[in-house]
Amino acid sequence: MSQKIAARALRKPAHNSRKAKEDILFEWIVYFILALLSIIIVYPLWFVIIASFSEAKMVISGEVLWRPVHVTLENYAECLKNGDLMIGYRNSLGMLFLGTAVNLVLTILCAYPLSRRDLWGKSGIMLYVTFPMFFSGGMIPTYLLVSKTLHLTNSWWAVILVGGIATYNMIIMRTFFSGSIPYELQEAAQIDGCTPFGILFRIILPLSIPVICVIGLYYGVFLWNSYFQSLVYLTDKNKWPLQLFLRQILVANDVSAVDGGASVDEMARRAMRAETIKYAIVVLASVPMLIIYPFVQRYFVKGVMIGSVKG
Amino acid sequence: MSDLAVRNHRTLGRRVSRWAHERKLGRNWQFYLMLLLPLAWYFIFCYMPMYGITIGFKKYKAVVGIWNSEWLGFKWFRDYFASPYFTRTLYNTLSLSLLSLVCGFPLPILLALMLNEVSNRVYQKFVQNVTYIPHFLSTVVIVGLLSSFTNRDYGIANKVIEWAGGTPDNWMQVRSMFRPLYVGSSVWQNMGWDSIIYIAALAGIDPQLHESAYIDGANRFQCMWHINLPGIMPTIVILLILNSGHVLSVGFEKVYLMQNNMNMDVSDVIATYVYRISLLDSNQFELSTAIGLFNSAINCAVLVIVNQISRSLGETKLW
Repeated sequence: MSQKIAARALRKPAHNSRKAKEDILFEWIVYFILALLSIIIVYPLWFVIIASFSEAKMVISGEVLWRPVHVTLENYAECLKNGDLMIGYRNSLGMLFLGTAVNLVLTILCAYPLSRRDLWGKSGIMLYVTFPMFFSGGMIPTYLLVSKTLHLTNSWWAVILVGGIATYNMIIMRTFFSGSIPYELQEAAQIDGCTPFGILFRIILPLSIPVICVIGLYYGVFLWNSYFQSLVYLTDKNKWPLQLFLRQILVANDVSAVDGGASVDEMARRAMRAETIKYAIVVLASVPMLIIYPFVQRYFVKGVMIGSVKG
Repeated sequence: MSDLAVRNHRTLGRRVSRWAHERKLGRNWQFYLMLLLPLAWYFIFCYMPMYGITIGFKKYKAVVGIWNSEWLGFKWFRDYFASPYFTRTLYNTLSLSLLSLVCGFPLPILLALMLNEVSNRVYQKFVQNVTYIPHFLSTVVIVGLLSSFTNRDYGIANKVIEWAGGTPDNWMQVRSMFRPLYVGSSVWQNMGWDSIIYIAALAGIDPQLHESAYIDGANRFQCMWHINLPGIMPTIVILLILNSGHVLSVGFEKVYLMQNNMNMDVSDVIATYVYRISLLDSNQFELSTAIGLFNSAINCAVLVIVNQISRSLGETKLW
């Protein structure tokens, strides 16, 4: 809002024409740099999309530059035939829903009491909660705890629980609860006989949809995209999330993982096609997050900006 | 005054006192019930591993457990400091994270400042959303794309290099290209996303400042430089302090994916070394725990020092 006012103020006709020229030049430079930047950021992604819809031969010979050449859906058909990818997709989706739910429940339960200014022992609890942000046990003690003490190896719970609460997200949520929801509302409910749980469910949560969506997006994107925890804790291939299969195909360049059991005479053709199949895989793997984003995007200003700036 | 009135007065008094009591809702047990699960989570997944750090000072035997294992003092630390891997991993970690900081930190600020100058709202939103997209791609996908693009035979980057008159190569296999590729792709991925917080901070700057500067004859660039930049300085300093706390923890996920035999001597950072000696090639849990502790301690120390410097300079501080 204030930004809009500022912009309007600056667009007032200038009193001095020399100054106006300066400002027009400045604005053109800014527009130009931003356009250039957008192209640099978008082009690789655009290339992935057009390559995934083009024939392998065309991509490899370098003819696909600005638009798809010899449009085909073959690459996607190959992806869908791949059993591993489907297993990965299923597991990743399962982990995404279960994990994000666990993350959100834990984070809300932690953030709400800490947002109350009258909570007894608040500063002590805050210290207890923020200290691990700066000092942690490290990779191996955590690994030993999860695998030897809790026996969670080969279970999704290992991955989900290790990432239970991100303290930074919790603080953003806490700031939103305490800064954007009038305290008087809670007091009024309390006088009418509402219990803390009642206040949480009837007042705080309905008013916090923006921040819950945004924090949910943060957790969801992290769960969908990370692979390290799964690499360490999940040895059974049937439990692997998509990212581990992607790693095998995209990074370790294991072409056989894309085309299992190819006959000899087809090898060359298939090796070439594997390149474009990879682009199709990238699109399929990234689409879920890119679909969620626009729905959450409108909450950004309301949710995180308020939470993070004051935090 | 009738008896009734007195009674009424008393009940009223009692009710008031009950309200007063309930005003101290902060002591309500339900809050602590809510906190039970999260605090238990913090205890189990953050504080119990901290106890596990003692492995770094012991000869760990899985059969007898951490508690009953024999103490060894600082042996593992001495081993690490004496090994050739110490300088290599420390240098690689530091140079990679400092390079990332130097390249990756100022760009989101510049982007936010420029976006703030755009008066066309549609264009502004467009650029903003476009620059966010790469943030949603996974590390695996980014590294996969990097290796596809830089493939010698059919990578698009090599097509461009060829067209510009250079010689194509498998750039992921070239030792000297590891750092530029790592830092460049990270900046590409995160610049837009990291600018969000500065954009939010810029929105909080009082427009009257711009108006008065304008009347005093300042141009747009001067407004940006003398009002907007100082206006978001507190946010910049806080984020710089927070980032400095990660100076010894570069993203394991990406480095590990980009690592190969050709670039091992520049890409071997502390985290990948710890992973290799503990879970991948051998099970040296004690040594890797000790290295992990060293890493955490340095991070913590750097954070405290930077915060102190910022405090003494009268700038914003974390605590």
